[in-house]
Amino acid sequence: METTIKTVNKSTKAEKKLIRKQKWKLVREFSRGTKLHFLLGIVGIIAAIISQYLIPLITSFTIDYVLKDFADVNYSGSIVLAPWIENLISLLGGKEFLIRHFYIMALALILMNALNAFAVYIRRSRVAMGSETLAYNMRTRLYAHLANLPYDYHKHISTGDIIQRCTSDVDTIRRFVQNQLLEMSRTIMMIIIASYIMFSMNTTLALASIVMMPFLALASFLYCRGVKKHFALSDEAEGALSAVIQENVTGVRVVRAFGQQRSELDTFNEKNDDYIKKSIKLSDIMALFWGFSDMFGYIQIAISLCVGVYFVLNGRISVGEMLVFSSYTSMLVWPVRQLGRILADLEKAGVSLGRLNEILVEPVEKEPGKALKPEILGSVEFRGVGFGYEDGQDVLKDISFTANSGETVAILGSTGSGKSSLVQLLQGLYTPREGEILIDGVNINDIERHHLRRNIGIVLQEPFLYSRSIMENIRIAKPDASEDEVYDAAAVASIHEVVKGFEKGYDTVVGEKGVTLSGGQKQRVAIARMLMQKAPIIILDDSMSAVDTETDAAIRDALSARRDGCTTFIISHRITTLCRADKIIVLEGGRLIQMGTHDELINKDGLYKRIADIQTRNEDDTEEVS
Amino acid sequence: MEEFDSDILLEEEKSKKIDWKLWKTLFKYAWRHKFMFVLICVFNVFVALGDIIYPQLTRYAIDNIIANGAAEGTGKIIPFAFMYFAVIVFQFLCVIGFILFCGRLEFRMSYDLRQDSFKKLQQLSFSYYDKTAAGHIMANMVSDIPRLSEMVAWSATGIFWIVGMIVFSVVMLIAMNWKLGLIVLMIMPVLTAVSVYFQRRILAQQRIVRKQNSKITGAFNEGIMGAVTTKTLVREERNFEEFKHEATTMKRASIKSAALSAMFTPIVMTLGSLATAIALYAGGRTVIAPTILGTTMTIGVLSSFLSYTTSLFDPLMDLAGILAEMQSAQACAERVISLLNAKSDIVDTHDVIEKYGDCFAPKRENWEELLGDVDFCDVSFAYKEGEKVLKDFNLSVKRGEKIALVGETGAGKSTIVNLVCRFYEPTAGRILIDGTDYRERSQLWLQDRLGYVLQSPHLFSGSIRDNIRYGRKDATDDEVVAAAKLVHADEFISGLEKGYDTEVGEGGARLSTGQKQLISFARVILADPRIFVLDEATSSIDTETEALIQSAIGEVLKNRTSFIVAHRLSTIRSADRILVIRGGRITEMGTHRELMKLGGYYHDLYTTQFANNSTEKLLA
Repeated sequence: METTIKTVNKSTKAEKKLIRKQKWKLVREFSRGTKLHFLLGIVGIIAAIISQYLIPLITSFTIDYVLKDFADVNYSGSIVLAPWIENLISLLGGKEFLIRHFYIMALALILMNALNAFAVYIRRSRVAMGSETLAYNMRTRLYAHLANLPYDYHKHISTGDIIQRCTSDVDTIRRFVQNQLLEMSRTIMMIIIASYIMFSMNTTLALASIVMMPFLALASFLYCRGVKKHFALSDEAEGALSAVIQENVTGVRVVRAFGQQRSELDTFNEKNDDYIKKSIKLSDIMALFWGFSDMFGYIQIAISLCVGVYFVLNGRISVGEMLVFSSYTSMLVWPVRQLGRILADLEKAGVSLGRLNEILVEPVEKEPGKALKPEILGSVEFRGVGFGYEDGQDVLKDISFTANSGETVAILGSTGSGKSSLVQLLQGLYTPREGEILIDGVNINDIERHHLRRNIGIVLQEPFLYSRSIMENIRIAKPDASEDEVYDAAAVASIHEVVKGFEKGYDTVVGEKGVTLSGGQKQRVAIARMLMQKAPIIILDDSMSAVDTETDAAIRDALSARRDGCTTFIISHRITTLCRADKIIVLEGGRLIQMGTHDELINKDGLYKRIADIQTRNEDDTEEVS
Repeated sequence: MEEFDSDILLEEEKSKKIDWKLWKTLFKYAWRHKFMFVLICVFNVFVALGDIIYPQLTRYAIDNIIANGAAEGTGKIIPFAFMYFAVIVFQFLCVIGFILFCGRLEFRMSYDLRQDSFKKLQQLSFSYYDKTAAGHIMANMVSDIPRLSEMVAWSATGIFWIVGMIVFSVVMLIAMNWKLGLIVLMIMPVLTAVSVYFQRRILAQQRIVRKQNSKITGAFNEGIMGAVTTKTLVREERNFEEFKHEATTMKRASIKSAALSAMFTPIVMTLGSLATAIALYAGGRTVIAPTILGTTMTIGVLSSFLSYTTSLFDPLMDLAGILAEMQSAQACAERVISLLNAKSDIVDTHDVIEKYGDCFAPKRENWEELLGDVDFCDVSFAYKEGEKVLKDFNLSVKRGEKIALVGETGAGKSTIVNLVCRFYEPTAGRILIDGTDYRERSQLWLQDRLGYVLQSPHLFSGSIRDNIRYGRKDATDDEVVAAAKLVHADEFISGLEKGYDTEVGEGGARLSTGQKQLISFARVILADPRIFVLDEATSSIDTETEALIQSAIGEVLKNRTSFIVAHRLSTIRSADRILVIRGGRITEMGTHRELMKLGGYYHDLYTTQFANNSTEKLLA
């Protein structure tokens, strides 16, 4: 949030204009399919306002017209009726008819209320439909966009921040549209219609009835802006308090181990005091505003009433009209007080929209080349490939090697030597800076990304499992696979027996809302999932690191037994894992320093030999060396 | 904060019956501020009084000013305006007083509740934390408490306004015309019943929406966290289809919820208009000619009769709202109260507290010196009943001895050290410290002289200096630096731009694991503990810092009884005694050399680790 505001402040006029343009484009895009709802909503608003205004008119008509002859001698109420109403009444049989059938007045009141109720329902439900559609559009657009952003983007974002934007900011905008925007149009229309009616009755009294309202609106706007700072202070204090509690709860072992309960309580009390002080201050300010605005609202009603009474006495208006004035005034006062808040919230919604815009202007992944979809057999060639992240140092330099279809290539290297980047290039997650990568002789830049990835299965070191059942997780790349296929893949990955041991078997839900699998179990589920792809090229990116040596061997045996000629890349530290490969590549500092079979490399001085020596050294030596 | 809002709060938010006992406990918290509470209730009644007076004023204007004609009436306008203004000022004072004190009561109450809960959290044993997720506790402290305080301070006291409004209106209606009044009042029970029904349905639907909302959040979370996996599996489109499904469900549920709310007020209002219409009809008939309701009725009475009828609707709807809200907050209240009433598994006896003080006010002057002899006598322990982790475990450790514990995950190593720390107590048998059962002394007596370093070192947000000083709060800056130097943490700290004032970030996130580890060692050094526990403290450290830490540990362990649970061979090797724990029992015990000769579990573990370790060193 802070950074956003800063960047907005720093940005030049032209940038601001561009951002405003982008935001309007978003507004247009998001409001697709909402127009009918909002249109009907507005119809509802107008109908509701009119019927709401007519309700007091019915009462005043009853009192001043129908019942007038029964009033005290000096009762001076009178009402001027529109000609068409007079005609209608005389058509029915005049005032006598209404007196005789007095229930008509009661029915009219109920009917008008029912009409008003219906209009209010239409307004609120239509506006809800419109704003929920808007929210739907925002959510789906964001989701689709995020999924198509390049790998590099996802590597650098903070998940919490993005989720916040996709949920809270979307909600802020939706709430603004659903509650405030329509409320604002309602208030404005109310003012227009009420003013029209009041001014057509009596100009002076109408003026007296709205004289305070502009000040009320202005005061509420200024208040809402001014109180923001106090809200922020109180939120901040609340955040600090939550952080103290959170740290105390998560660090409870440390607290106890040092016997620091007293000092923790002191810290907590300090934050609790600070928070309560700030919130009470805020609440006091709110009390003052509500108290004063209440007072001015009532003063407005009083002015309208007193002037009204004076005019009635002078015979300038009827009692009924006076009552209409005072009820319209009290209907207008409270929404006008809300206007300020709406304007303040408009700013908030604008900021939220800007935060969504920041995500949506990020460019999505593009096809770098011809987007071909050739059949992939599995031969891979790196030709002088170099790679580095944007503005960064070289990660890989001049990498050249070939892997024939069906061969196994093992890669050994330290953290940061470029192993993972190498296989990510092959997946098309990054594009090489120099040189080219060929699959079956075709430059991978020319292969359509999805086609490429579908044909290359990869298992990452820390695999991500979706929070659903194990069955669904394994099946995810091939949803129509039979259960037997899943069991087969799981058996190859040595996880079948483990899963069957779970209480719910393959229906066990993993992740946050389910069972937490160990690192090794996750890796094995991910291997099974990858196998379902039946890809001609597979990559195991240190994906058995958390699996014990014996299981590792069992998986590799099962893999080679099953492998029907697929090209395999294995990244590992374990010599036992690497030694049976057709080709072993040793990387150091982004360069290929050794290449060959185990037998070749084991007889040459170099990194491979040294590591192999350590790992195969017999047990008696260990003690001496250590 | 949003995350725990969603799921945990939904947990049991079923519409339960209102449990008044629960609310009584909460009201006791409000009652701590008797003066404010009473004042708020009085203000509420006054506000209601004001709300009732306003229509009376209009009636007075019609009947007493206008009815008297221009000659007599005009002079009465100014006094009338003053009277009106006096009511406004009265109302203004009441409203301000009401909001002012409600706000104060709300925050005072949540302050007290939060403080009591926090104190309780400091006293509860680890078994509580094992059973209760951190998110759950946070939800309790951060969402439940404010929500309940707000309810009690505003809604519950609001009942006085409601009752005031209803009583005043009813009294006025009856006083003006009791027959007509009773007729109008007949519709009110129906209105209340309909309101309660709607409020309940609305809350139920809102719950569905919230649940779906947390699903959407989850989907976004998965979409972002799993973005790379989704790419490699080419699942983008299918995931999007699934997301669209969830988003559509969300849209439908929200619209349904909004439509329900949209229906609520209009229906209540229409029902209410029935009452108004009856009053208009019957009252009007009485104005025209005498009816059974009376011989006559003035127009002024009729119009204020109508407005009192209308003024009943709002309070009734509010009442229904408060009842429905209390019902849905029931689960919140249960959570808050259950923490306040929670019993710790480990408590110091009354006599012990008498002598040693409690954890907030220790009586250090009565504490015996802790020397560091530890004896397990036939100790059994189970986290859950029937699942014994330790059985008749015996071990005698002399002061200053270094004990290393080795074994597979779940073998019971951590349990043993947790028992030493008295984070748990034996279910059977005794643990003696310096020859005395540790239950005869206070928890703090032991834990105050305990050094405990965890696998993943936990730092608190604040500066590095603050974190080291956590070991002993009254340590001077020089002592802090000295401690850091002793464990070789000073080198990297001095290299940082702000040195010891560098902020470590939440949970120490801005530092590497190795750096955090060094700081946690310095923290322990400063505490100068007699018994030292290292729970897999060095397992996730890169080779570069490992050498540094080795020497640091050497310093820490000097002259202290120590228990080391570790995987790193170098840490284990120097121990006076190595225990291999399997299935809650000691299967091998001896020095490194003895165990290597034995050729058992320890031997195998050591040799594999050695190979892996050396590989990493070479690759680094």
